[in-house]
Amino acid sequence: MPKGKAVVDAERCKGCGLCVTACPFGVLELSATYNSSGYPVAAMAHPEKCTGCALCAQTCPDVAIEVYREKAASGSAAGGST
Amino acid sequence: MPETQTLTKVFARPRSLTDKRFTYCPGCHHGLITRILGSAIDKLGIQEKTVIVAPVGCAVFAYEWFRCDGVQAAHGRAAAVATGIKRARPDLTVVSYQGDGDLAAIGTAETIHAANRGEAITVIFVNNQIYGMTGGQMAPTTLDGQRATSCPEGRDPATMGHPLRVAELIATLAAPLYVTRQSLHDAKHIAQATQAVEKALRYQVEKRGYSLVEIVANCPTGWKMPPQKANEHIAGTVTKVFPLGDLVDRG
Repeated sequence: MPKGKAVVDAERCKGCGLCVTACPFGVLELSATYNSSGYPVAAMAHPEKCTGCALCAQTCPDVAIEVYREKAASGSAAGGST
Repeated sequence: MPETQTLTKVFARPRSLTDKRFTYCPGCHHGLITRILGSAIDKLGIQEKTVIVAPVGCAVFAYEWFRCDGVQAAHGRAAAVATGIKRARPDLTVVSYQGDGDLAAIGTAETIHAANRGEAITVIFVNNQIYGMTGGQMAPTTLDGQRATSCPEGRDPATMGHPLRVAELIATLAAPLYVTRQSLHDAKHIAQATQAVEKALRYQVEKRGYSLVEIVANCPTGWKMPPQKANEHIAGTVTKVFPLGDLVDRG
């Protein structure tokens, strides 16, 4: 089960690739999909590795990424919470 | 025990930014600085009381991207416009957002005198060592030997001078409350720059003093480098000329 999810707004992405470099786990890659401006769009190539650390989003110059993280609802191990 | 997992949003677009897309080139740090400023405005809860003074340059449309009031100043005069707004409405948080051509060339006088008077404004100074919007000409901050369209053989200090260190210049004055230089070339420095921008805004809200946050930024298009290579150039070369850190903190 993935612990996090990065959602890229394809129309905002300009394919600069800074998020690809910023991700410590190699989750993101520039995909073969192009948006309406002609930019190749970043996408989760390895979603199972995502921890929801949000380094990609913090690095994105176009604020194109939103990040979600799984949170255990019941009071078990706190895990990788903030 | 039921294994109930819920997805929590941990990073979202700042509320004080509009939905409009930035007009910046791919990989440009201007967008990142806009986001950082938006996050800081959100964090301090001052969106309704903030005025952004936009420059001439690539950030000329800054007022389009902030869900705040804004003014677009004549070239280089953002600090003077911000002074007027702040003196008329001291209850507002006034932020000038300027590039190096705007702040350090045509606007040098306004910049230095606003700082010297200790106007209670926050100046965000984007130092990308080039004129981006007009096609990559030499800026006052261009590095020795750096090529630009107006110095195709590279900047020659004998005839063109050395890069102007604005943060150091402002730090010699008695009035400024906070003067710092930050960078955005990796996640750690982005986090530090975010804290610096928050501090500069907080000082204005709480203590009514002048702050300058110089941010060493890239210009992949003007430098003719891919964005990641531009970040490496900042880490390896630019920060040697423009050292990072706080120069003044009288807060």
